[in-house]
Amino acid sequence: MHPIVKLLVQRIALGLLLLLAVSAVIFLGVEALPGDTAQAILGQSATPQALENLRAQLGLSDPPLTRYFNWLGGILTGDLGKALTNGADIAASIKPRLANTLFLAGCAAVIAVPLAILLGLVAARYAGKWPDKVISGITLSTISLPEFVVGYIVMYIFGVKMGWFSPTAMTFPGMSFWDRLHAVALPVIVLVLVVLAHMMRMTRAAILNVMQSAYIETAELKGVTPMNIIWKHALPNAIAPVVAVVMLNLAYLVVGVVVVEVVFSYNALGQYLVDHVTKRDLPVVQAVGLIFAGVYILLNMLADVIGIIANPRLRHPK
Amino acid sequence: MTDARQRLDHMISEARRGRMNRREFIGRSTALGLSAGTAAALFGHAALAQEPKKGGTLRAGISGGESTNSLDPGLALSPVPYVANSQWGETMVSMTPDGQVDMRLVDDISASADSKVWTFRVRQGVTFSNGAPVTAEDIVATFKRHTDEAAQSGALGVVKGITEMKAEGDKVELTLDSGSADLPVLLTDYHLVIQPGGGFDNPNAGIGAGPYILDTFEPGVRYTMKRNPNYFDSSIAHADEIEILAINDNTARTAALQAGQVHMINRVDPKIFELLQGAPGIQVRRVPGRGHYIFIMHCDKAPFDNNDLRMALKYGVNRQEMVDKILGGLGSLGNDFPINAAYPLFDDSFPQREYDAAKAKEYYEKSGHDGSPIILRTAPGAFPGAVDAANLFAASANAAGIPLQVQLEPDDGYWSNVWNVEPFCASYWGGRPVQDQMYSTAYLSTAEWNDTRFKNAKFDEVLIAARAELDQTKRKAQYSEMAAMVRDEGGLILPMFNDYVAGVSDKVGGWFDDPNGEMMSGRALSQCWLV
Repeated sequence: MHPIVKLLVQRIALGLLLLLAVSAVIFLGVEALPGDTAQAILGQSATPQALENLRAQLGLSDPPLTRYFNWLGGILTGDLGKALTNGADIAASIKPRLANTLFLAGCAAVIAVPLAILLGLVAARYAGKWPDKVISGITLSTISLPEFVVGYIVMYIFGVKMGWFSPTAMTFPGMSFWDRLHAVALPVIVLVLVVLAHMMRMTRAAILNVMQSAYIETAELKGVTPMNIIWKHALPNAIAPVVAVVMLNLAYLVVGVVVVEVVFSYNALGQYLVDHVTKRDLPVVQAVGLIFAGVYILLNMLADVIGIIANPRLRHPK
Repeated sequence: MTDARQRLDHMISEARRGRMNRREFIGRSTALGLSAGTAAALFGHAALAQEPKKGGTLRAGISGGESTNSLDPGLALSPVPYVANSQWGETMVSMTPDGQVDMRLVDDISASADSKVWTFRVRQGVTFSNGAPVTAEDIVATFKRHTDEAAQSGALGVVKGITEMKAEGDKVELTLDSGSADLPVLLTDYHLVIQPGGGFDNPNAGIGAGPYILDTFEPGVRYTMKRNPNYFDSSIAHADEIEILAINDNTARTAALQAGQVHMINRVDPKIFELLQGAPGIQVRRVPGRGHYIFIMHCDKAPFDNNDLRMALKYGVNRQEMVDKILGGLGSLGNDFPINAAYPLFDDSFPQREYDAAKAKEYYEKSGHDGSPIILRTAPGAFPGAVDAANLFAASANAAGIPLQVQLEPDDGYWSNVWNVEPFCASYWGGRPVQDQMYSTAYLSTAEWNDTRFKNAKFDEVLIAARAELDQTKRKAQYSEMAAMVRDEGGLILPMFNDYVAGVSDKVGGWFDDPNGEMMSGRALSQCWLV
């Protein structure tokens, strides 16, 4: 077997194993929380009798191990169960919200990734000079502000003062693609500002690192222009660390944007998760947790695979 | 005189724009020296100019909606389902802003002399949004569903006292286990939306007899509705379509109002109240409600079993400071009984209890407390600002020599492990439509939620007697007697009542203040119109 295929199979198998381990950890973590769903639902109105009735009704009286395997079996057959709080089918509730999450992340990524890499290249080309300082200064200051502050600033300027976009990013079924883009403009701006710096700095650092190599010096002596050196010689060799950081940020765009979603009342997975965490709706929390873990593992695996493929020593074994 | 003239002119223009209701107008103009008759005529004249306009899409941004919400009216707890259900659904009766019963799906109410048997005549020609007529059977079935413990209805406490329900022709007959003059008021509970067949086959169907018909429902995101062309009351439901957006974030909600994305919002943050008042195109409307933030002591547990110590703590709290700092001024002072002017038959003759370090000290010394720390438990979720309020309380009590100490508890499990369990903690009540229900829920000796363990045989006796009393003067006296008992002997420390604060765009006409609940008792979207 070609060593790359072998490596890839290994990586994927490892990813699946990791996912299984994560499912167990999620289940245990949720189990370990104080209180339970019945208490959370009833709140101030919990009487011992009502608690007992509700627990029996919700199936919370089964032993944990039975519940774990029931749950795992359900996932494999595509059945995530029903939300305890309102009885809605979880898979059906998650589908449109996951699509919304991916849409927002996708829009942000389409802008942020090329922009960050381009800015990183420019910063590396003019390292230590004013373009580098301006780019680094701006991106570092936007990453240093908490997301919700950036969110409120953007909301105030573009939503209230200029009136270009609506301050809340609400999307509904039946909206056209352009309406959707218009609706998510503000959170996309915030997310781009938040993820830009990390990817830009990593690109810059990886390129500068490669620029120390002897073959770059050779290219310089041959008279290749600086931008061409970076584009043709430095970037291909810096791809692995850059991809790793890009994937990390993509994963963040999918799973870590809860705050931005809540600030803009964007109807996606993060908001959905928060609502159900406060209500102790364990099946939903577990399902969403597992999806987030899956996204993380998948993207990291992808970064590894690209890193492996980008490495000529692995691509052309002796 | 010119000043009074100017103020009157201003009021007339306000009334014209639908920003002042009749009661408010007459109240204020008689204060300017006008006779009530002249004032009423003036209002009629001014109000004529504020013809409701039909058409358009009216939008509200409401805080308090979760993706866990459902359409089952019995399960509605938070503001978004409350406001939404009030549009597509209709209750048998509702409350007017001045505390009268407003007949909706019935047009006649009568009671037996002991107010044990109540008969309601169903309004004819009213249909549900699925076309079926609203019948006495539907009403009885609805109440029956809410009586079932398994339905987990928020109105269980209201309907469980009904021992017999009968539907005969167009009459609904309800028999109570003990007489209650308040039954029609209790049945205004917003959970008791009448559903076809009582909603037994599908409580989440969203089919009702309200002014609007549900179009789309996305839990925790949005509701859209169209005007019900067959609605029986043509004086409301002005906008063609209405939309309710769940916007939980305070800043986003305010921004949505300012940017014109929505026309009205609930729960304006007290911190920005002043700022928003100055914003162009927006009005901030506040109305005193019945909700209150409290500290509760168990009267049967040491050291709180000593009334002198309870009195010491009651005098040791600085109410004005709490209203100013915790509510940002958007509230009113409490007087240690759970009733305020928003309730019918409220007795306003009780002197306001104020912070009095000397008196607190005197009571504390009289109680003979050993000087060990008195623990007050609180959590951020006990009520908004509960931790700060507890700290203010401790500071003012300490200044009077009372060793009050705050203990912070986690929000998790607060309502099961601390409230109604620990002898002294912070809590809140949302209030009830009538005094009887408030007292019966939390101050009757046998009440499950008697969270102050206030057990007073005399109190119980007066409470039961007042329930069936149809003579309002006598009833008011009975309620005053009960208030005095809770105030001077109970375990309730009630520093403040909170206001409902809404933000309303200038594009909205017909807004009036309603103490029955936030957003004009949930009905703002069907009562208001776009100017």
